Amino acid sequence: MDPLEIARWQFGITTVYHFLMVPLTIGLGPMIALMQWRWLRTGNERFLRMTKFWGKLYLINFIAGVATGLVQEFQFGMAWSEYSKFVGNVFGAPLAMEGLLAFFFESTFLGLWIFGWDRLPKKIHLATLCIAVMGSVASAYFIIVANSWMQHPVGVRLEHGLPVMYDIWAVLTNNTALVAFSHTITASVGVAGAFLLGIAWYHLWRRRRDGIDTVDADGRVVVGEAKEIQGRDKADHSVWIWSLRVGAIVAIVGFGGVAITGDAQGKLLFQQQPLKMAAAEAACQTGTSFSVLAIGNVGAKNCSEVKSLIEIPGLLSFLAEGNFSTKVTGVNALVPEYQAKYGKTLPDNPIYGSRAGETIQYVPLMAVTYWGFRLMIGFGALAAFAAVVALWLTRKGTVPSSKWLMRLALLGILAPFAASAAGWIFTEMGRQPFVVAPNPTGVDGMYMFTAAALSPGVSAGELLFSTIALTSVYACLAVFEVRVLIRYVRGGVVSAMPELDTHDDHDESTPAPDDVLSFAY
Amino acid sequence: MAALPTIWFVAIVLLWAGYLLLEGFDLGVGMHMILLARTPDQRRVMLNSIGPVWDGNEVWLVTAVAGTFAAFPDWYASLLSTLYIPMTITLLGLIFRAVGIEYRGKGASHRWAQFWEFAIGIGSFIIAFGVGVLLTVSTTGLPLDANGDAVGGPFAWLTLPAVVGGFAVVGFALVHAATFLGLKTEGSVRTSARAFVVRFAVVALLPFLAWVVYTQVNHGNLASWALTVIAVVCGIVGWRYAARGREGRAFLGILLYLLAGLAAIFSAVYPVVLPSTLNRAWDLTITNASSAPYTLMIMSFVTAFGLPLILLYQGWSYWVFRKRISESHLPKTHVVMPASRP
Repeated sequence: MDPLEIARWQFGITTVYHFLMVPLTIGLGPMIALMQWRWLRTGNERFLRMTKFWGKLYLINFIAGVATGLVQEFQFGMAWSEYSKFVGNVFGAPLAMEGLLAFFFESTFLGLWIFGWDRLPKKIHLATLCIAVMGSVASAYFIIVANSWMQHPVGVRLEHGLPVMYDIWAVLTNNTALVAFSHTITASVGVAGAFLLGIAWYHLWRRRRDGIDTVDADGRVVVGEAKEIQGRDKADHSVWIWSLRVGAIVAIVGFGGVAITGDAQGKLLFQQQPLKMAAAEAACQTGTSFSVLAIGNVGAKNCSEVKSLIEIPGLLSFLAEGNFSTKVTGVNALVPEYQAKYGKTLPDNPIYGSRAGETIQYVPLMAVTYWGFRLMIGFGALAAFAAVVALWLTRKGTVPSSKWLMRLALLGILAPFAASAAGWIFTEMGRQPFVVAPNPTGVDGMYMFTAAALSPGVSAGELLFSTIALTSVYACLAVFEVRVLIRYVRGGVVSAMPELDTHDDHDESTPAPDDVLSFAY
Repeated sequence: MAALPTIWFVAIVLLWAGYLLLEGFDLGVGMHMILLARTPDQRRVMLNSIGPVWDGNEVWLVTAVAGTFAAFPDWYASLLSTLYIPMTITLLGLIFRAVGIEYRGKGASHRWAQFWEFAIGIGSFIIAFGVGVLLTVSTTGLPLDANGDAVGGPFAWLTLPAVVGGFAVVGFALVHAATFLGLKTEGSVRTSARAFVVRFAVVALLPFLAWVVYTQVNHGNLASWALTVIAVVCGIVGWRYAARGREGRAFLGILLYLLAGLAAIFSAVYPVVLPSTLNRAWDLTITNASSAPYTLMIMSFVTAFGLPLILLYQGWSYWVFRKRISESHLPKTHVVMPASRP
């Protein structure tokens, strides 16, 4: 077994998995702060219920993100020690800043928010959530700064073959990082919007199915209540219709932002990593057309086997340059440029192990970049379109009674997650064969091949052990998280506000003593 | 500028000290949930004694590790790659414990809660042991070659000092948590925690002392020996106070035992951050393992701004949740049922 392949699989699995939790945390946090703020301003019970219910789901998801995030902090040193030593001068700083300026805020203030109901003054209690949310956003920023430096190293010079940082400001304001950050944040907002929409849809459908809400001749909702079902009063309807419509609007805004920031990012990538973008388009020949559907062996090393079936003339130029005529350099023309600059074969250095002298494959796995790019855009556009349709379908105050539409709305939650995962897989695999990609306008020699990044002292067996262990634990974790989420989703608002439960046989004549905690694990 | 690597050596040691001091009792409480607790309610009291703060405490670990990456990349890379297997297992412990704390009360069955209590307990043990190994081998050495890579396979780290160091943190965490529970809880948990300190403190704190003395014998200087003596005195005084029921002073005594002990260890091994047991010329030191001065300078500014702020708001969160808790404070467990017609 090849240790490099195992290590890359491990990093890919653990990171993509971690990033399933992250966008929901980043996107949902501000929504909940907004709900709580509305509650504080209006005193409307609806907003309190929304805060509590969505807050509960937020925390169930948050903890899985924390647990899987810890792995990230360790595995650079564990599996990629040569990489860590090479970039430590620059790359470690944003990670440490993330700890000092983001994680501490996030975790400490979230603890205060969870246990602070009834114990902190209302405004301060809201402030703790706002600070925690800002911590999440800040952590996203710092980690993307670190990642962007691998995509586009700036602010460094080479000393004895090692990058030495001389300008932290350049690293923190790397244009690659700024576009990637805005792209990630808007995508997270879209993820949260689809999440609100799907789950709220389920509850509105449930209320119709249970005969609580009905519609009149015009299709307008007639809100009812069912005392025998926990929490299904009239206010419950407004919790869900508000969540749904806010979710849909947020999703549309989020995906709009994703498109704008994605366009900016694409244009930047055409300059900074031309081969990644050419591979994303399977653009073998220099030209102007965007391929919608390619056939042939897209994954082939030889670009000549790819045939584009459907092409949109001019679109590729538009994506890259904003006009319809500039020719975009294709893979076949770029590879010799890369070979001239960075060599045809891996240097004869012990660091490359048995790979020393091997021909360097500059074209990333085109099947992954080509389809990753299209899945990202496809799933994102699908989710945005679904949000618009949902907004129109619910204009009369509730959802249609169709079970299939409800299932579709729930399934729709997955689309933006899939888009995010595809986007990351595309951009990370598109960077290969480099772990630190060269900056075309940066310092000469400032790049690192992935083949040189591995820990020399770690064997394939160890890597295999950890990959299997982490993957199977993550699989269990997914089962646990989804099970808990489904329980709490099905329970509705009462799952987060037991005090609303009318079935609870708690004795009204003996009120609970004052010092009982409002929440405990 | 020349002092920067030393400042960062001290900073990293402080971050680890902060971690052991804060998360130390979280880990101990986790272990006590399956060791000391007899009833489900006692386990719940224990869990909620750390409920609001444990996640914030865990960030000290993340920051200590990331800080090492930023300030001493070679130390970070050699240490973690050599400890590949134990760190993988530690990560699994971290995952299970974190998820367990959040999910334990969110199931329907008794078995679900029991499973997660077990996960929290075992997870806490694994984390404490793993961190103990990590810190101990940083001071006692690993079989590293000239490039800082491990020689001798996946278990080359497994030596007697490493194992003793693992138990050093486990033992400390158990005692530290017991004094913490004495301060934070009321009723049966408080009583049994106090009894635990009186009966087991001496035995449980011994492995840590062994680690301290081992580094003194090999690298000790006058100051570090003095710190060792201070540590021993603090430990004994803390234990005696525990026997007399003075919980606050017992907590402080055990805490100072740890801090003085760590100071003794790291002042003795300074300036070496990771010795090579094969050839002392291959030792990683604060000079050959550190980042360039510019990076250290930037990180110093960030830390000088961030750390006091962290101490301030973490201190505030402890103040907000300062009340003792007992079984009678726990809200009734609420079983979530679907909100729909059957």
